[in-house]
Amino acid sequence: MTEKATAERAALQGPLSTGSRATRVLGLASIASLALLVFYTFKATKPDVELGETVRILYIHVPTISTAYLLLLTNAVASVVFLVKKNRFADHLAGASAEVGLLLLGLTLVTGMLWGRPTWGTYWVWDPRLTTTLIMFLMYLGYVTLRGLPGEFVTRGTRAAIVGIVSVFMLYPVRQSVNWWSSLHQGSTALGRPLKAEISGNQELALYIGFLAFLILAVWLVVHRFRLAWLEESARETSLTAEIAERRAAEAPGSTTVRADVSAAARVSQGAGSPQEDTQ
Amino acid sequence: MRQATATAQATATAQATERAPGADSADARAMGGLALRFSNVVALSGGFPVLTGVDLQVQVGSICWLAGANGAGKTSILRVAAGLLQPASGTAEVLGMNLRSDLPAVRAAVGLLSHQSGMYEELSVAENLQFWGRACGAKNSEIAASLRRAEVSQRLEPVPFAQLSSGQRRRVSLAAMLVRRATLWCLDEPHAGMDAPGRDLVDGLLLEARDSGVTTLIASHDADRVASLATDRVWVQGGAISSDSGLSEGQTTTSNIGRAEP
Amino acid sequence: MREVLRAAVMVCRKDLRMEWRTKATISYVVPFVLIVVVLFAFALDTDPVLLRRATAGVYWITVLFAATLIAQRSAAIEGRDGVMDSLRLSGLDPAGQFLGKAAAIFAQLLLIQIPLGIGVAVLYGVSLERPGIGVLSALLATLAVAASGAIYGPLAAGFVGSEAVLPLLYLPVLTPVMMAATRSAESALGFGVGAGWHWTAMLGMLGATFLVLGTLTAASLLEHR
Repeated sequence: MTEKATAERAALQGPLSTGSRATRVLGLASIASLALLVFYTFKATKPDVELGETVRILYIHVPTISTAYLLLLTNAVASVVFLVKKNRFADHLAGASAEVGLLLLGLTLVTGMLWGRPTWGTYWVWDPRLTTTLIMFLMYLGYVTLRGLPGEFVTRGTRAAIVGIVSVFMLYPVRQSVNWWSSLHQGSTALGRPLKAEISGNQELALYIGFLAFLILAVWLVVHRFRLAWLEESARETSLTAEIAERRAAEAPGSTTVRADVSAAARVSQGAGSPQEDTQ
Repeated sequence: MRQATATAQATATAQATERAPGADSADARAMGGLALRFSNVVALSGGFPVLTGVDLQVQVGSICWLAGANGAGKTSILRVAAGLLQPASGTAEVLGMNLRSDLPAVRAAVGLLSHQSGMYEELSVAENLQFWGRACGAKNSEIAASLRRAEVSQRLEPVPFAQLSSGQRRRVSLAAMLVRRATLWCLDEPHAGMDAPGRDLVDGLLLEARDSGVTTLIASHDADRVASLATDRVWVQGGAISSDSGLSEGQTTTSNIGRAEP
Repeated sequence: MREVLRAAVMVCRKDLRMEWRTKATISYVVPFVLIVVVLFAFALDTDPVLLRRATAGVYWITVLFAATLIAQRSAAIEGRDGVMDSLRLSGLDPAGQFLGKAAAIFAQLLLIQIPLGIGVAVLYGVSLERPGIGVLSALLATLAVAASGAIYGPLAAGFVGSEAVLPLLYLPVLTPVMMAATRSAESALGFGVGAGWHWTAMLGMLGATFLVLGTLTAASLLEHR
């Protein structure tokens, strides 16, 4: 009984929601920086000399992909730590960063396609950057799906960690082969390399604001996703502790303290009957 | 590569341990003659607490009978002892070795006869034994001897494992366990599916193993048989040990308990 | 190192022996491969120029499909009736087990490429202009596919509907292999621009990456698959 109560109290000491003062500050900061980004994207910058109005999409497109890369790197590091230490922290961090990373990869694809429509006249061109992002998106879609499959905590974590590590090692080959592959077919175009366009002054500032905004947003989302996973696991553990106590109480007559008496009684009454008869 | 070599070394040490059972029992004697020391072991399977705090000590050379209803946790105790299920909490020592840090050595010293065969269905009896025997470093002659000892008839050797009857399958699994020359046997219902000569064979092997210093954990419902073999008996209930009693106290009480078992 | 090699040889021989007993690859995967080749011909229309141009792509797409089947089976034979427990208790080196599984998948993939190669040569009317680069790149690509199959097969095993999980994980990772193998094959068939040795180097690098990652993660994979 006491065991159960202590376990419940211990679980209650952890966070009971995914929010805290720090995350609220982070949330406000990301809203503020996103608002600033919107202002800079649409008001404070002029259309680009080469790219015209479409340059504005790049203030979102470029920061999302860099933040996504950062998150995938985080995922890989956390995966390695998990394989070595098998701790919850690394597993939840790996999961959270991959999920938010996948979201940002998706956002990069959408903004890339929106940019492609006026620039190329079609939503999809097998542009090396977009193609690389698409393949990465598919790879991490598999990763997130694998995490969602049922399984023991360590088993699921190990499988996911191996996929995470292999995936991050594929980033360079994917990028390089897509580059070679597309240069074979299209030749390198100026359109494929939007950042080669001269950026300066407010344009550069807008881009930096974009980096900051999406970085804060990503950290904020990762913290919440991490805490949610942590709470889920804690809830499972609390119910597990209760389940252990319940199982012991239900099947062995009496609680832990009485157990000694039961065994003593059993030893005395062995001639008369077995302890098992008590439960039947 | 560095990791691979480390593992190879660990395996090599493990095999050295396995090939010298005497050294193992010496180690075990050093820790007070205990082959198994579980203290408050909790183990989970599929999120369910299969073991809820097992306290168990087993002397070297004893035959410990795990009795209890279906789903009580007998098999899980065997799996923890064999190093196949890691405790979620609590401490477990097997043959004087830590279950977490000396896992390869523990596994090398353990023989498991579970309710699953652990054999490749497509391969013949001989091929299965060759594979599992050579894996633990046994010679061809030792493999053949194990098959004879488990009374697997020679004409069955080229037969695919999938075509065997359940009793024959059991015997082949038994042979694969014997070839490991383990110092701790974990037997899960060893008599199940066997004919009368098969059950006698299991009993004979158990006594023979005990005389050579092997410790045995045996989960069984076959009370009449096991009661006369076992040196200790523990009741497993609700994933924990509910009471233990030395059978040496008196054979009459033993048979009484035996009959109470369904 | 000797332990790794010993385990690898034992596991590979065992897998190939099981394949020899059941003939699963020969009796299911080879006909599957030929059907895919024929279906592609209908899908692309039987225009000889188009077919010849598409040969390299069809060839490697077919190999990848076959690889998912072979990797799945390779993992499935270890997942039955307590075999995983026996393997964990066996003392066989985990890295060696991984390399053995990869070698067996490699051998089976080479086996299916014989009828596949003959099939596309006859039905699509192509011939190997540069056998050197063709054979070398095919071997390296097969190695990469086999090594990654030995990692991903067990990862996706044991789920309800694991037939769908494996391709979802496995195929995206194989896209660089697919691109490199197809370009190399094109230059071997005389379509490519230049010899395409950089593609062959890429294949070698991919194969080495999968082998190293598989070896390093083998112990975790054996324990928690």
